[in-house]
Amino acid sequence: MSVRRVMGIETEYGISVPGQPGANAMVTSSQVVNAYQAATAARARRARWDFEEENPLRDARGFDLTREAADSSQLTDEDLGLANVILTNGARLYVDHAHPEYSAPECTNPLAAVIWDKAGERVMAEAASRAGEMPGGAAIQLYKNNTDNKGASYGCHENYLMRRATPFADIVRHLTPFFVSRQVVCGAGRVGLGADGRGEGFQVSQRADFFEVEVGLETTLKRPIINTRDEPHADPEKYRRLHVIIGDANMSEISTYLKLGTTALVLAMIEDKFLDGDLAVEAPIAELRAISHDHECRHLVLLRDGRRMTAVQLQMEYLERARKYVEDRFGTGADDMTVDVLDRWESVLNRLAEDPMMLSRELDWVAKLELLEGYRRRDGIGWNHPRLQLVDLQYSDIRPDRGLYNRLIARGRMMRLTDDAAIARAMYEPPDDTRAYFRGRCLQKYADAVAAASWDSVIFDIPGRESLQRVPTLEPLRGTRAHVGSLLDRCSNAADLVSALTGRD
Amino acid sequence: MATKDTPGQRQTTRRSEEAEETEARGTEEVKERHERLSDDVDAILDEIDEVLEENAEEFVRSYVQKGGQ
Repeated sequence: MSVRRVMGIETEYGISVPGQPGANAMVTSSQVVNAYQAATAARARRARWDFEEENPLRDARGFDLTREAADSSQLTDEDLGLANVILTNGARLYVDHAHPEYSAPECTNPLAAVIWDKAGERVMAEAASRAGEMPGGAAIQLYKNNTDNKGASYGCHENYLMRRATPFADIVRHLTPFFVSRQVVCGAGRVGLGADGRGEGFQVSQRADFFEVEVGLETTLKRPIINTRDEPHADPEKYRRLHVIIGDANMSEISTYLKLGTTALVLAMIEDKFLDGDLAVEAPIAELRAISHDHECRHLVLLRDGRRMTAVQLQMEYLERARKYVEDRFGTGADDMTVDVLDRWESVLNRLAEDPMMLSRELDWVAKLELLEGYRRRDGIGWNHPRLQLVDLQYSDIRPDRGLYNRLIARGRMMRLTDDAAIARAMYEPPDDTRAYFRGRCLQKYADAVAAASWDSVIFDIPGRESLQRVPTLEPLRGTRAHVGSLLDRCSNAADLVSALTGRD
Repeated sequence: MATKDTPGQRQTTRRSEEAEETEARGTEEVKERHERLSDDVDAILDEIDEVLEENAEEFVRSYVQKGGQ
């Protein structure tokens, strides 16, 4: 394996109605999702989410939490009747807790994951704008960040399909030091220290101060560095889905690309048992915070074997192994994207070691810090000044004209990996090379006949058939354009499709 | 795939003595670079001033979220 692997990003957006701090976030989140549904699929019937295969309480370590023992926020499989739309690009747009969430379609590589993640921003921006135009609707603003700086945090989760046979203990052992240190590459930057943000200063990561344990099932409390949720949304005998909750929501394309690409490489090395030397960190939770609180990247992390190194050096240890691994597996024949991820990763780490400010056109946390330092110098203000907190917040405002990251893009100030045309297309079109293609095309072509869908099924309600017809999609790499493209082109209605798939008339 | 290279993209400076040397002679360089960056950033701040929400204190205070995952 290389950087190529089935992967996807799910993001909970911050939501606010300026001037109405008391607005109910569940209601406003529903308005956002419903407004998008009304605008894009007015004529289609409303496909439900199919919860049959969902097991949010299944633990990768091999036991199930009883429902009685679970916190109510962990019960994500009960259909509360909250707004939910399955998009023609294969994504799910819905309300999770008190946030609108976009779960991107399954992709097979980090660049595609960036494109469909950015498409999610555009979907959300359009949804919020339409919700504000509804009769009686107030302007709703959405933020792609992870904290309100008052104690609340909400997530941007990555998902990676892995081989079931890989021992979970190996994942924990090799991934923990990597996750503790990768924030120097993919942190989003934050003004304020501590969960409630009252401490004065800037830190590298939005999420670091909200993590309390090393391994665990929770996602909403006692957040763990390694999350053990074992809900593969695929054949459970063959696969696990690694659910990563520690990442920041990124605006920068480079940050997201490296976050996914480097993690995919580390997972490949774990699966192939390529990692031997132990980089175990003595106190992962404390180091996670210490690294985040040191934006000069000089903090020395204590390893269990007594060595001390910076987070950048720890990342270089992983880079060095990844270079060897790719050379060992592919020689000079590695695919272009894998080579590109390795080269960019190396370049970023080298410059972080020399002077982090050199990354201000690539990495979120450095771009944000550069603006903040600019204001501090120009206006002579301290870290606790509200203007700096506003710059932090508004960096992640997803409106093209008001969001500060988007202003930097408009000035050509941030490096990009894709372009607006590809992103606009991905708002409506699914990736070609996963089952998201089948899901998305079915919703494009047979929306009236799709009763429900989920990651691993599409359920049809065919006129004249007594029962609903459930088409399982348990193999993430089937249902691709190559696999079903011509079949979908050929079948003019859902009845023909289901007949063709089941071999019945 | 679409990639746009940046200066230094293919640099392969290894940490080690070489990097430490860079650090020693680098302080002045870094300072100069930061000063150059500063001039550049001021133009951006002027533009951002136009779009920043009014009444920063009130705006930031009223941004209150429920916890999520």
